Amino acid sequence: MTSHPLPPRQRYWRRNVRLVALLLVLWFAVSYGAAILFAPWLNGIRIPGTGFRLGFWMAQQGSILAFVALIFVYARRMDRIEREEGLEERDEEGSR
Amino acid sequence: MNVQAWTFVIVGLSFALYIAIALWSRAKSTGEFYVAGGGVSPVANGLATAADWMSAASFLSMAGIISFSGYDGSVYLMGWTGGYVLLALLLAPYLRKFGKFTVPDFVGDRYASQVARIVAVVCALFVSFTYVAGQMRGVGVVFSRFLEVSIDTGVMIGMGLVLFYAVLGGMKGITYTQVAQYCVLIFAYLVPAIFISIQMTGNPVPQLGFGAAETGSGLPLLDRLDGLHAELGFAPYTSGSKSMVDVFFITAALMVGTAGLPHIIVRFYTVPKVRDARWSAGWALLFIALLYMTAPAVAAFARTNLIQTVSGKEHATLPEWVGKWEQTGLIRFDDKDGDGRVRYVGDAAANELTIDKDIMVLANPEIAGLPDWVVGLVAAGGLAAALSTAAGLLLVVSSAISHDLLKRALMPGISEHGELLAARVAAAVAVIAAGYVGIHPPGYVAEVVAFAFGLAASSFFPALVLGIFSRRMNAAGAICGMLAGLAFTSAYIVHFKFLAPETNNAAHWLWGISPEGIGTLGMLVNFAVAIVVARFTPPPSEEVQRLIDRIRVPRGAGEAHEISA
Repeated sequence: MTSHPLPPRQRYWRRNVRLVALLLVLWFAVSYGAAILFAPWLNGIRIPGTGFRLGFWMAQQGSILAFVALIFVYARRMDRIEREEGLEERDEEGSR
Repeated sequence: MNVQAWTFVIVGLSFALYIAIALWSRAKSTGEFYVAGGGVSPVANGLATAADWMSAASFLSMAGIISFSGYDGSVYLMGWTGGYVLLALLLAPYLRKFGKFTVPDFVGDRYASQVARIVAVVCALFVSFTYVAGQMRGVGVVFSRFLEVSIDTGVMIGMGLVLFYAVLGGMKGITYTQVAQYCVLIFAYLVPAIFISIQMTGNPVPQLGFGAAETGSGLPLLDRLDGLHAELGFAPYTSGSKSMVDVFFITAALMVGTAGLPHIIVRFYTVPKVRDARWSAGWALLFIALLYMTAPAVAAFARTNLIQTVSGKEHATLPEWVGKWEQTGLIRFDDKDGDGRVRYVGDAAANELTIDKDIMVLANPEIAGLPDWVVGLVAAGGLAAALSTAAGLLLVVSSAISHDLLKRALMPGISEHGELLAARVAAAVAVIAAGYVGIHPPGYVAEVVAFAFGLAASSFFPALVLGIFSRRMNAAGAICGMLAGLAFTSAYIVHFKFLAPETNNAAHWLWGISPEGIGTLGMLVNFAVAIVVARFTPPPSEEVQRLIDRIRVPRGAGEAHEISA
């Protein structure tokens, strides 16, 4: 087993890649999808109670909020996956 | 107290704070100098990253650009924030696990190739130096407008300060100064925005205010703005004038470029653990979003305010700030029809007023008639933004020279003490060189910055992502990919920006993609070439395979060569 990772490590990596792929699909959808490709169409919709057209709002506010949320979701999920696979970093690693 | 006195006091206090922090956090080892000893908490690193990232361009220019281009300006908002998602998901945790100090470190070790390392060093130097020159210029502009010294003197003062804390403190000094600088710059950005939002819409939250109704007319502010634009013949504010394909490609080039910028990547080497790198990216983007979500609100307020203040008014009756900016040449009035009234319209032949977009943020408090101390605060904020970014970039320049070139390539036997000295000397030389370029700007700074993003997108990003996610990727593939991406992107930019600038329009562009967006295509070329070449050349060695296994998983169980920073 020189270059073959142990099963938990392999499983950890597969779960990580799947999560990353899912979040990148969302990342694409909120920015390139809602704020660019479908923006002209979404601009026909107003966010209730405000003067914002939806496509414009996604481009200047909504997509940024979504980006922040995506990173925090990733950080939380990865903490859990690492715990479940028993691969969290131990304290003596990394300096100080 | 007048504007100038307030500016002196506020800028002086903020500078004293930075110097105190620098004295308190001197670097004693190369580890502390390059990556702050790897002991920065994720939130502090997030604050420092936000300050590092938000430059004079973000603070001073971005709201102005959005103000004048409306929806089209969204490419910067999305492009300069969306890149952090790529960074957090595809790069930061693995590079933190890799350890060590720089981006060329990773490229050189992962591909076990000095050629790859040198290509990476050259890219890092070019990208960072381009940026730093722009920052020094920003410092000079703020000084000259508010402290009434010449731009050159302003640049010198800025150089002196950066020299002091970057050379003394290295990454450790820079990190903690940047935390303070973030606080100064965000406060300076939010205060006027909140004031103006209350004035114009009665809503104290700018992000909500610019979607609310305007106090005077009762119409939604953005509808009012679209109406004014239609009346005066400008492109509609909420839908813009750029083609969809170009908006798509520019956004992508900025996002990928952001994720490939060495001075941002290196910040994630400073946190203690892999999971801290992920959380830290989240904090960084949250702190960045605070400014980036305020900017479009400031832009819409400033645009409405400006049109209502100047359009159709007698030039002689315009408020005092117009005259002040006219003296600097950044606002120009050309009375073409000779009636003494300002015709401010979309048609360039009839338009009589030219306004430099860089002044919007600085002029905004005056346009809205805010108290004098707010103007001083904005000046301090602009300086904090420019200085924090300049310091981060200088560190990349100095570590590329002392660590990547001297220690890892030319003089592997150099002692820790010698390397630290070399790093300090390199930082000092870099500050002076940057100051020189700031005083004598090459006249095409904006073009070169677009170049830096295209370059980072088409060179670093694919090499880093493939290095982590593909076991099959080898040195031949990565080097050919980087060179192909670089050659394609630079040929396109050089052609349209320098060789044949008269043909730089949509009719001549490849598939309607402007030079600003071509980095996206360059990145795809890089990926394609790298994957094809790697298929036909031998896979990486056993040793590299073990390195890949090691960086993919946070716990380094059983690995002898675990590297601590």
